Amino acid sequence: MPTWLELVVRVGGVLVAFLTLPLVVGQAEHKVMAHMQGRLGPMYAGGFHGWAQLIADGVKFVQKEDITPREADRPVFRLAPVVALVPYLLVLLVIPLGPDDLVGQPLDIGLFFVLAVVGVGVVAVLMSAWASANKYSLLGGLRGAAQLLGYELPLVLAAASVAMAAGTLSLGGIVEAWRPWWLLWQAPAMIVFFVAGLAEIRRPPFDMPVADSELVFGYMTEYTGLRFAFFLLAEYVGIVVIAALTTVLFLGGWQGPFADAQLGWLWTLVKVFAVSFVIIWLRVSYPRLREDQLQRLCWLVLVPVALAQLVLTAAVRLAL
Amino acid sequence: MSERSGLPGTGLVKGLAVTLKTMTSRSTTQQYPDVAPELPPRSRGVIALLAENCTVCMLCARECPDWCIYIDSHKEEVAVPGAARPRQRNVLDRFDIDFSLCMYCGICVEVCPFDALYWSPEFEYAEYDIKDLLHDKDHLGQWMGSVPPPPAHDRNGEPAKEEATAARKAAAPTSSAVARPGPGPAADGSAT
Repeated sequence: MPTWLELVVRVGGVLVAFLTLPLVVGQAEHKVMAHMQGRLGPMYAGGFHGWAQLIADGVKFVQKEDITPREADRPVFRLAPVVALVPYLLVLLVIPLGPDDLVGQPLDIGLFFVLAVVGVGVVAVLMSAWASANKYSLLGGLRGAAQLLGYELPLVLAAASVAMAAGTLSLGGIVEAWRPWWLLWQAPAMIVFFVAGLAEIRRPPFDMPVADSELVFGYMTEYTGLRFAFFLLAEYVGIVVIAALTTVLFLGGWQGPFADAQLGWLWTLVKVFAVSFVIIWLRVSYPRLREDQLQRLCWLVLVPVALAQLVLTAAVRLAL
Repeated sequence: MSERSGLPGTGLVKGLAVTLKTMTSRSTTQQYPDVAPELPPRSRGVIALLAENCTVCMLCARECPDWCIYIDSHKEEVAVPGAARPRQRNVLDRFDIDFSLCMYCGICVEVCPFDALYWSPEFEYAEYDIKDLLHDKDHLGQWMGSVPPPPAHDRNGEPAKEEATAARKAAAPTSSAVARPGPGPAADGSAT
């Protein structure tokens, strides 16, 4: 296969995943949340149990008027949704789906790259918040900045623990080094990573920057139409990315009960959807944290636990 | 933060358990326009009129708390062959119920002595204009089809007045076949 064709296939595959997985997760969120609240959720769009609801939403968003507030900083305001979306696309590029190079772009410093790129999200939040010229947006953006910067630390520490255990920064290498007993050994790191990841993508119960009941919609207040849809899409891609990272780092990626070589992609997808379900489940079950509770959880619980896990990991690595 | 009972985090687990249980149990949502709702058998949806039974006694119109029943009638002479003089009879010209005023108290149905008004479980008669909620006697009569049959008599209760009278008549067939006010056991029901 010539290089350019391989490139096209890989990028195309990642693009397809980027466009379909978030829709599947979004639809699952609609239905799971509805049933957890004793409702049915969308039932009409597309006929069978409202399967096309998100497509209909997308069509609706495209038709809406694209408004930029007069006082807004136009270029920044218009760029922010793209900045929110693109990092996640880049992350999906390096997440391995299965063994033997079944990945958009194998990268030796994959973990480093992923954490760096996910951190770009805070820039999008600050851009949209400041450029909107709206006090609610600004409040939401500042909350978002405080939250994202705070939770970046436990996220990186927990990821460092698993990288130390595997002895590599390559995501594929981490999956290959993974053994089932790591589930126990790395459990604290997994929980810290998962919780910090939730906060990183601003999902309830960590959605203080959005907080629709107090800040209208935080930094998304002034956005309409397609740009707002981009933010929503970024949220769903964020779920997929955090679920995929948790899968790859802590749940053994493509390692399954049998036939890893052939069915590796299936195991990865199953785990990703299972973790996504947990993310939705948490959203339905828990109320939003208060701002001070959020910081307390981060600095007094997650960071110490992550540090202790690092010590434990180092000790076990030295002992083995 | 102030939770004192048991292990830390039990509240969190309980919350997860509640949502999971709700998700796995069947939702009670009714898909109304697609699936007809299962109403209780004697739902009070709309008031139906059996115009043949109406004698224009005006009781319903007078008892109606918000005066939403409009009745017009005229008298007609009915010449009965063999009778000494023609009889007069009320003919119902108009019987309208304004359902924009009606508060569904059901007093008219209760008060009607001749069983001309009934509750029908039909409820899909919304209109775009409030004026269209004034329904005439033809429209009210159409709802008679959806009126459920009357409930069965309580087996252990007292027999209905009509039944008791009929039973007494059957027991004493000699007294009179014609129900005239006069000496007779059948007269006590109507003379009081």
